Amino acid sequence: MSNNTNNTRRGFLRASVAASIAATAPLYFMKSAYAKCETFRNIPKADSKTVTLGFNVPQTGAYSDEGADELRAFKLAVKHLNGEGDGGMVKTMKPTSLKGNGILGKKVKFVTGDTQTKSDAARASAKRMIEKDGVVMISGGSSSGVAVAVQGLCQEMGVIFMAGLTHSNDTTGKDKRRYGFRHFFNAKMTGSALGPVLKEEMGTDRKAYHLTSDYTWGWTQEKSIIETTEALGWKTVKAVKTPVGAGDFSQYITPVLNSGADVLVLNHYGKDMINSLTQSVQFGLKGKKVNGKKFEIIVPLFSRLMAQGAGDNIKGILGTTNWNWALKDEGSQAFVKSFGKEYGFPPSQAAHTCYVQTLLYANACEMAGSFNPPEVIKALEGFKFDGMGNGPTEYRAADHQCLKEILVVRGKEKPSSQFDLLEIVKQVPRSDVEYDPKIFGGDLGPYEVC
Amino acid sequence: MIKNFLKSTPLIMLVFSAVVLTAPIWLDPIGASYPDLLQKFAIFGIFAVGYNLLFGLTGYLSFGHATFLGVGSYTAVWSFKLLSMNIIPAMILAIIVSGIFALIIGFFSLRRSGIYFSILTLAFAQMAYSLAYSVLTPITNGETGLQLAQQDPRILDSLAGVVVKDGLPSPNIFGLAIPRELSFNLFGLDVNIGAGYLGFYVAAIMLIIVFYISLKIFRSAFGLKLLAIKSNQTRMKYTGFNTRPYLLTAFVISGMYAGLAGGLLASIDPLAGAERMQWTASGEVVLMTILGGAGTLIGPLLGATIIKYLENIFSALNPTELHSIFSFMPEGLQNIMVTIVAPFVGEGWHLTLGLLFMIIVIFLPGGVMEGLRHLGNLVKRLFGFNKTESSIESISSVSNTSPEGEAK
Repeated sequence: MSNNTNNTRRGFLRASVAASIAATAPLYFMKSAYAKCETFRNIPKADSKTVTLGFNVPQTGAYSDEGADELRAFKLAVKHLNGEGDGGMVKTMKPTSLKGNGILGKKVKFVTGDTQTKSDAARASAKRMIEKDGVVMISGGSSSGVAVAVQGLCQEMGVIFMAGLTHSNDTTGKDKRRYGFRHFFNAKMTGSALGPVLKEEMGTDRKAYHLTSDYTWGWTQEKSIIETTEALGWKTVKAVKTPVGAGDFSQYITPVLNSGADVLVLNHYGKDMINSLTQSVQFGLKGKKVNGKKFEIIVPLFSRLMAQGAGDNIKGILGTTNWNWALKDEGSQAFVKSFGKEYGFPPSQAAHTCYVQTLLYANACEMAGSFNPPEVIKALEGFKFDGMGNGPTEYRAADHQCLKEILVVRGKEKPSSQFDLLEIVKQVPRSDVEYDPKIFGGDLGPYEVC
Repeated sequence: MIKNFLKSTPLIMLVFSAVVLTAPIWLDPIGASYPDLLQKFAIFGIFAVGYNLLFGLTGYLSFGHATFLGVGSYTAVWSFKLLSMNIIPAMILAIIVSGIFALIIGFFSLRRSGIYFSILTLAFAQMAYSLAYSVLTPITNGETGLQLAQQDPRILDSLAGVVVKDGLPSPNIFGLAIPRELSFNLFGLDVNIGAGYLGFYVAAIMLIIVFYISLKIFRSAFGLKLLAIKSNQTRMKYTGFNTRPYLLTAFVISGMYAGLAGGLLASIDPLAGAERMQWTASGEVVLMTILGGAGTLIGPLLGATIIKYLENIFSALNPTELHSIFSFMPEGLQNIMVTIVAPFVGEGWHLTLGLLFMIIVIFLPGGVMEGLRHLGNLVKRLFGFNKTESSIESISSVSNTSPEGEAK
């Protein structure tokens, strides 16, 4: 036994010296670790017949309904890019360089991953796509926490990230990245669009109570809505953070009843919003009289999928969306038609933004004539287009945020079908929601990563 | 003679190092040789090897080990933010801080044994998770996760005159950026390490070092005392041993292993999230250890590899890919196979893991290692090897110094 312990000490010393030499060896023999980019990651070879895109969406967790719809849209976009099906928005996009034969003549293939609505899992799945499957672009999201995390990773790895459903100001604000692009609108825009409607419908003397999802999106949305409403003259009674995916919100809703507030703002999304809204209605908040006024509930970020989940509770409730399938313009109609033909029901706003993002990426590659990220990024920056459902739209170069019109909607009192749940209150023009990109700080970072 | 040679430390370490360092080559055929997964294999290997020092040797089942993993990650990211992007101080700090946490949690939890110990560790872990998730948001950045920022002070780096021009800095070892490609000239030989593989080699070298320490602990007087605690703690106390200090030491060492794993996770990907500390993550390391074989040296490592492989590869398979896997079969049979297999891959990978775990626990309580031992014996009997043993056998039989596990 004593023999053994001797061995331990000496052996340990020997091994640790050897290991430290081995670990630092590269330092002694290093020539140069940094060089100018010659090739970029995952660019398909000239003789390759295909190009691979990665779609990273939540298939489990609080945002899985949105994730499932996003995946449907991605599949449809790939079909249309490859010239199959009826073409959808490929036909209505103006100006367009798309030819319906894939991207730059290469057939589009795709791989999928599950973000589980968790940053760690999303990054692991994105890394798998980049390192193993060799994707040139990653799209997807649902949850800004995930989008910010994956966008940061994509910048490090030099692969373009076309954000899907992410509404936090941080995605194109403090955490913006050169390799990340967002078509979806953000909390700041929601505030600007909602303000005038709230003033008109609820007046200027209101007391608001916020329940907020405890992560980047919730924080920024709460901040933007409070800024807007306080400018109207409203008071903020309290803002309470709730964990994502809580399921039971009753412990957070009970205090609202006795707080003296007459407006409840639910900064929740997906299944969280369905649960918190349903429980608020069960607690008798809707239709209650407080301070001599009718109690109101606001859900700043709305979607048809959530309306479907929340059923009758949604009636009369105000919010904003990026897009709605009931829009009458040519692009929206074409998209709803081909989505409906494929799956038998209309697309959600999550599906719309993901579909558009995929087409925009493909179009930018065609414009640049190359898959090299710096050239594709330059083609996207400042790109102006129309015919994609939101009127004339611009990808602002300073922060990679799309500027376009957005919608203020209300839950319909008398829906004509199970999908016709939201009525459009107002189409807010781009000029009303535009803001100075400098207000959020942040830095885009370099074009070339290698 | 030969038997002793096969069990000698240098040989085991040599074989082990060779197997670990060549993993990118031999894992290629099963689609697992991309850097991120390789890094996960090595890092969770470290985590499981450390956990095994507690559970495998003393039999104390901790349900809160992910706490130390999370603490390690947070410490490392804070070290990147405040001190330096060099991973060496980050890892050292991660080990120290998680060691302190383990000391505190262990001090209280180890006052009880058996199920009460497990519950106490679980309670501490849930507490740590809730703190990280909401209460301590200024330190942990809550659900969003702790991330680097360009404006971070990085005192040591700025003293050394490192300027970050644009974008975020990457973790490095004395200037070698972990995520980047690396070419250097070693004794006139051009070596090229692809992007991401440096992270794997760092983790792999750490794995080899901690495996060596673990081997030494298994074969030391200290390890023997831990085993004695597992087999009969009461008798040990009667003979005059105070078992508590030994248990606490084992607990702290395994907590430090977890902290190192957490620090490494942050070093290859500088982001720390609270979900790393969730009870599911604690449960995962228990699964890894039992699946591979608790109390064996290599077992936990195998368990970690199997679980991470299922999680990353099986969860990404979809029916289209299944069709191409079964494409050698005739059309009808192919469709039947895909229909049968589809529920077990993709989102259903947990189902596969559950089934595998049940089969192992019911038929091979000693984990995969017991299966390999049976296989080894079978081969020996079939071919009449009586004098030599396979190399797997030699590593696994290290644990044979222990009385057969209490699982039986």
